[in-house]
Amino acid sequence: MEIIKTQALTKYYSRRVPKLLQTGRSSKKYAKSRGIVDLNLSVSEGDFFGFIGPNGAGKSTTIRILLGLLSSDSGTASIFGQDIKNGRTDLLTDIGYLPSEAIFYNGMKVRDVLKLSASLRKKDCSAEAKRLCERFQLDTSKKVDELSFGNRKKVGIVCALQHMPKLYILDEPTSGLDPLMQREFFALLKERNRDGATIFLSSHILSEIQRNCNRAAIIREGHIIACDSVEALSKTNAKRITIHGIADASGLEHLRDVQKSEDGISFLYSGDINALIQWLSQNHIADLSIAEPDLEEIFLHYYTEGGEEK
Amino acid sequence: MTIFLHELRQGKVSLAIWTASIALLLMICVFLFPEMKDQMDSVSEMFASMGSFSAAFGMDRVNFGELTGFYSIECGNIIGLGGAFFSALCGISSLAKEESSHTAEFLLTHPVSRMRILTAKLCSVIFQITVLNLIVWGLSILSMMAIGEEIPWKDINLMHLAFYLMQLEIAGICFGISAFLRRGGLGVGLGMAILMYFLNIIANISDSAEFLKYITPFGYTEGADILTEGCLDTKLAALGMLYGIISIMIGYVKYLKKDIQ
Repeated sequence: MEIIKTQALTKYYSRRVPKLLQTGRSSKKYAKSRGIVDLNLSVSEGDFFGFIGPNGAGKSTTIRILLGLLSSDSGTASIFGQDIKNGRTDLLTDIGYLPSEAIFYNGMKVRDVLKLSASLRKKDCSAEAKRLCERFQLDTSKKVDELSFGNRKKVGIVCALQHMPKLYILDEPTSGLDPLMQREFFALLKERNRDGATIFLSSHILSEIQRNCNRAAIIREGHIIACDSVEALSKTNAKRITIHGIADASGLEHLRDVQKSEDGISFLYSGDINALIQWLSQNHIADLSIAEPDLEEIFLHYYTEGGEEK
Repeated sequence: MTIFLHELRQGKVSLAIWTASIALLLMICVFLFPEMKDQMDSVSEMFASMGSFSAAFGMDRVNFGELTGFYSIECGNIIGLGGAFFSALCGISSLAKEESSHTAEFLLTHPVSRMRILTAKLCSVIFQITVLNLIVWGLSILSMMAIGEEIPWKDINLMHLAFYLMQLEIAGICFGISAFLRRGGLGVGLGMAILMYFLNIIANISDSAEFLKYITPFGYTEGADILTEGCLDTKLAALGMLYGIISIMIGYVKYLKKDIQ
């Protein structure tokens, strides 16, 4: 069953054009700036789905439309097979949402926030809340506005998880959490996932998605540029190879973005890794580094590939 | 119910401070009355001869030597302005505060329809204004008893009713505006309350500006009118309630479809 499905979902933001630019014929005060365009997404039951993209690519916009905070300009979206425009309230019952910036009512204690969230859901979640707070070492007697960013995030996590939803929508869930907590959090999500829950998380940290998700979509400038299983996406992943000592990479195939410097060469390599090692062994090199390409390069990779297909 | 109670909890400090301030000032005013009563005959004459200045506050038509006359001017201004400020703040922040303090994302992603949220918030605004008015009214009556005056029930009740309606109207209008705002808007609320107050003063001064009474809710809270007529100007009051209700309806329509940033 498809838990989340969007078809040609589009949302533009109207943005005020600066006075200086309001000249000539195009004297419109408002211009449409891109939010998301023709977004097709499908998340199946039991998926651990990663939604990757740089800041401002439209990840949060998509999530906010799914949750009914924003309305789309065109296209449709459904959750649990039901159109989000009807029965948004019912849908939210089974969704746990973690915003990227967890902000709560000033002056409220953590336990009161958790209680408020539970009572808005008309559900007693105190046992689960207690378990989660212990697991994340969250002090429930503190006031939320006195908490650090990371601790506020934990409050958000407990709010999103305490009612045992069927679908988790998490917007950059690990930002602000220390590595230990990140690991704990993903361990917990994996438990829930094993129990049948579907997880949809957005992130701009590729490794996080690679380690935890089984499927992923990459969004760039409002368009989905790749959507596949993480394995398939990783296969096409290139490595950033930087070599010192030689400045010529002739003989190697599948190179991109070749940058030559005085004493070395750097390129993105997407071919067979054994072929690379063989080639390296035949050359005399001073230094070598093989690294995951940074996010920008991954996007470049998918972007140019998409362009070639067309 | 959860949201209603949550709203009350959020607003309780503000409600307590405003109620205490208005009631305290009001009681001080009432306690001053016995002292001023003796000198009032001359004062009333003086006010009557001050022309449009006293007309601005309706002081040319009431007798300062009587409790009701004194109350309608002195206390009227305190409840009028104080109540208008409180209800404006209450209404304008009701919806806008969720977005300005970034809690809208929390509230609106729970399984509660926007319709219910709006209604709960509106009810809490009305409830807070009602509480404020009841306490102020009660303490005012008590302070009149304390100075040993006979209580002019009908006039006092009518005046308080008028102020209550006025505050509901202002709160309703501000609630409607609140749906359109993303940031605080306290300035908008206070500005509107002050503007309405001065519109009434202008309407009192000039005959040609009489029509302003149809705009400002202070038009039907004029103590001098209530005392001389012995009843509320139901036409103005009904019109005021209509303004409030229309604004609330516009607010509902807007907020039900609003994009939350």
